[in-house]
Amino acid sequence: MTADSVLSIPPYKADDQDVVAELNSRFGAETFTVQSTCTDMPVLWVAREKLIEVLRFLRNLPRPYVMLYDLHGVDERLRTQRRGLPEADFSVFYHLLSIERNSDVMIKVALKEGDLKLPSATGIWPNANWYEREIWDMYGIHIEGHPHLTRILMPPTWEGHPLRKDYPARATEFDPYSLSAAKQDLEQEALRFKPEEWGMKRGGEHEDFMFLNLGPNHPSAHGAFRIILQLDGEEIVDCVPEIGYHHRGAEKMAERQSWHSFIPYTDRIDYLGGVMNNLPYVLAVEKLAGIKVPQRVDVIRVMMAEFFRILNHLLYLGTYIQDVGAMTPVFFTFTDRQRAYKVVEAITGFRLHPAWYRIGGVAHDLPRGWDALVKEFVEWMPKRLDEYEKAALQNSILRGRTMDVARYDTRQALEWGVTGAGLRATGLDFDLRKARPYSGYENFEFEVPLAHNGDAYDRCMVKLGEMRQSLRIIEQCRRNMPEGPYKADHPLTTPPPKERTLQHIETLITHFLQVSWGPVMPANESFQMIEATKGINSYYLTSDGSTMSYRTRIRTPSYAHLQQIPSVIRGSMVADLIAYLGSIDFVMADVDR
Amino acid sequence: MSWITPELIEIVVAILKAIVILLVVVVCGALLSFIERRLLGLWQDRYGPNRVGPFGMFQLGADMLKMFFKEDWTPPFADRLIFTLAPIVAMSALLMAFAVVPVTPTWGVADLNIGLLFFFAMAGLAVYAVLFAGWSSNNKFALLGSLRASAQTISYEVFMALALMGIVAQTGSFNMRDIVEYQAQHTWFIIPQFLGFCTFFIAGVAVTHRHPFDQPEAEQELADGYHIEYAGMKWGMFFVGEYIGIVLISALLVTLFFGGWHGPFGILPQLSFIWFALKTAFFIMLFILLRASLPRPRYDQVMAFSWKFCLPLTLLNLLVTGAFVLAAQ
Repeated sequence: MTADSVLSIPPYKADDQDVVAELNSRFGAETFTVQSTCTDMPVLWVAREKLIEVLRFLRNLPRPYVMLYDLHGVDERLRTQRRGLPEADFSVFYHLLSIERNSDVMIKVALKEGDLKLPSATGIWPNANWYEREIWDMYGIHIEGHPHLTRILMPPTWEGHPLRKDYPARATEFDPYSLSAAKQDLEQEALRFKPEEWGMKRGGEHEDFMFLNLGPNHPSAHGAFRIILQLDGEEIVDCVPEIGYHHRGAEKMAERQSWHSFIPYTDRIDYLGGVMNNLPYVLAVEKLAGIKVPQRVDVIRVMMAEFFRILNHLLYLGTYIQDVGAMTPVFFTFTDRQRAYKVVEAITGFRLHPAWYRIGGVAHDLPRGWDALVKEFVEWMPKRLDEYEKAALQNSILRGRTMDVARYDTRQALEWGVTGAGLRATGLDFDLRKARPYSGYENFEFEVPLAHNGDAYDRCMVKLGEMRQSLRIIEQCRRNMPEGPYKADHPLTTPPPKERTLQHIETLITHFLQVSWGPVMPANESFQMIEATKGINSYYLTSDGSTMSYRTRIRTPSYAHLQQIPSVIRGSMVADLIAYLGSIDFVMADVDR
Repeated sequence: MSWITPELIEIVVAILKAIVILLVVVVCGALLSFIERRLLGLWQDRYGPNRVGPFGMFQLGADMLKMFFKEDWTPPFADRLIFTLAPIVAMSALLMAFAVVPVTPTWGVADLNIGLLFFFAMAGLAVYAVLFAGWSSNNKFALLGSLRASAQTISYEVFMALALMGIVAQTGSFNMRDIVEYQAQHTWFIIPQFLGFCTFFIAGVAVTHRHPFDQPEAEQELADGYHIEYAGMKWGMFFVGEYIGIVLISALLVTLFFGGWHGPFGILPQLSFIWFALKTAFFIMLFILLRASLPRPRYDQVMAFSWKFCLPLTLLNLLVTGAFVLAAQ
């Protein structure tokens, strides 16, 4: 598919039954077990033997499911509320996304404990590679036919599979850690890169290749990211990105925190995204709870999320320009971020990680005088953005460094699961705020900036345009902020409503339990994706009718973007890789979770 | 006291002058580390070092103290002899070249009649510093840095020499004092040799490895490149060597294109040193401003710029100058 063949995205079709009909007519209805959820998409269980056939069918349908949006597993062994579902000790889900239908479908496979293996989907979607490695890493599910099945997030020497339910979730449940000299040597040796394991040659006919270890501690790696380059002179023959240095087990933590107390952890997934990270999580929890938030909450949430989009993009812009060698602009963008933080701090009381959204609303109402602060910022920014464009982005050296560098087209972007500015820079107009509006984005006037070359320069220009649009949205929020409560009137909101507690003993008891244990979400599954700062970020929650989540899957955009690197950068120079990394916009916390 | 002859006194005075110039250049080079950070701060909307002494003026002292007390570490995998030699070459080669720069009518270290050639020789030697450092460090980043440095310096030295041949053709001498005097009698070379000025300036930036030609270091790509393994005083010598390079190139630009110690239109000739210092300071600031404002081109773009743009330009300049010189005879 080229950029031009998909010019318009149809309206979002939640719970699209067309594909179910197509699947039933091809494979027969008895092949599938339908699971009803509030994920807004059909969820179909299929036997392992039929899996690859079904996936391939979906990939090759007319109006195909071009993107393997997500792929992960669930340890089903302790799940109690799973009536009507196939017997399973573990399950693996494939979340597929179709641009031309603008709808999703989820395929699940049940696995038994003694027989944990699964055929690889890398032949259908190349980006299944890392996800399948992660399933092996986290659950010990063996993927047959995988090109390189090794651990991805945990170190190669790790023992056990952390997301299994019988694996402890707290450090205090382990024996104290000790590192002897011999063990340290072992760990060090395990990190040594062996080209043969990756099918790389150490030399060609006339020359030896140099293997350069870039990172995990390198000024332009944007965090603890390691990428091993196979170099012929300065030309990159091949490379292997290695992640996991920033892994903190956020998904495991979600299984031991209450629904409410996990909110601050979401802030730290994309640590530049602030409250933007809270949004998909609280929206997904609200779907489980059946909460509809007041209009004022939506508008406040949109406004703060857009503030963090600008904050993120300003940092991106500064470091991007710095990565191609200009040292000054980053200081100016940080000055601007300071001004944005002034507003954020006045409204939320925090700066980087406000953890400010709540289930059913936000933490408190807007403070007096908030609109004057917002106005000041909205008036300040546009001329600064013009200046960055004129002084830095139109500079011919910068253009020479980034134009036609690390270029990919829409087809490649979709098959690697690329979302966000990296996808829109290839010309595809797919912005969730327009394509699948949430939180009332359909009520705002804004445009989706696009570019058509899909190179490092275009990605930056798209981001610059997005900042201008975010300012427009913020200004509309300021002018049209609805009156009303800042939290839904619903028993499952957190903190729970307190007004009536001193009048009935029942409400007092409920309140007491909800504050101490946290709310109990009805058993179900829910899902929400949003257009986050770096691409599409989503939370897939499974509730087993408890105060804690049974499984929280966090799909982050940066993970997919880093997996794509080798396919884009082969044959380029080292300096191009740096420009490319700068143009992706990723943080390692968002990759490793 | 018959051994005190006028010749001896002259020799002693010459030595003293040389020592004074040496010290002033080294101190200027070191002081630049402070001035650069303050200027960058000014242009980047921040303060820069302003804590030590009034306006942070004693920052240099603090930095030197720190550097002297750092461990002088040589990595066990390095080639010790060459590893130690590299910073010495880095600092001394360009310092030596300063010997031929006439500061005022009466001050200057050596009045060589092959002054310009001596400078080219020293600038050529300076490459070895980077080469040695990159090779002996036994580090891949350092090696890539020195690869870039050698390729870049060779390409830029080719037309750096050619850029000045127009001046030599007009003056008829390699001697710096002759060149300055010629400019005083006729006009500053910035006008007739404007193309030569442009290309020499670019080559000068490239030879000192200053931004945007800091390919061998390329913080963002090679994480400091050739001096990645250096610490303490050895690193300090690279650092000061780079600043001495800036002072030298600025002084040469003044001497060769802006009339040396002469003021514009011959005004106030008694202020010869002030004129020289002011003009040199201007070019030093220009170096720093370049660093503050430009991105870094890619390594192959730098090479292409040298061979495909600068070299033809210098050849054209030489051709036209030659034609004029012939026509004037």
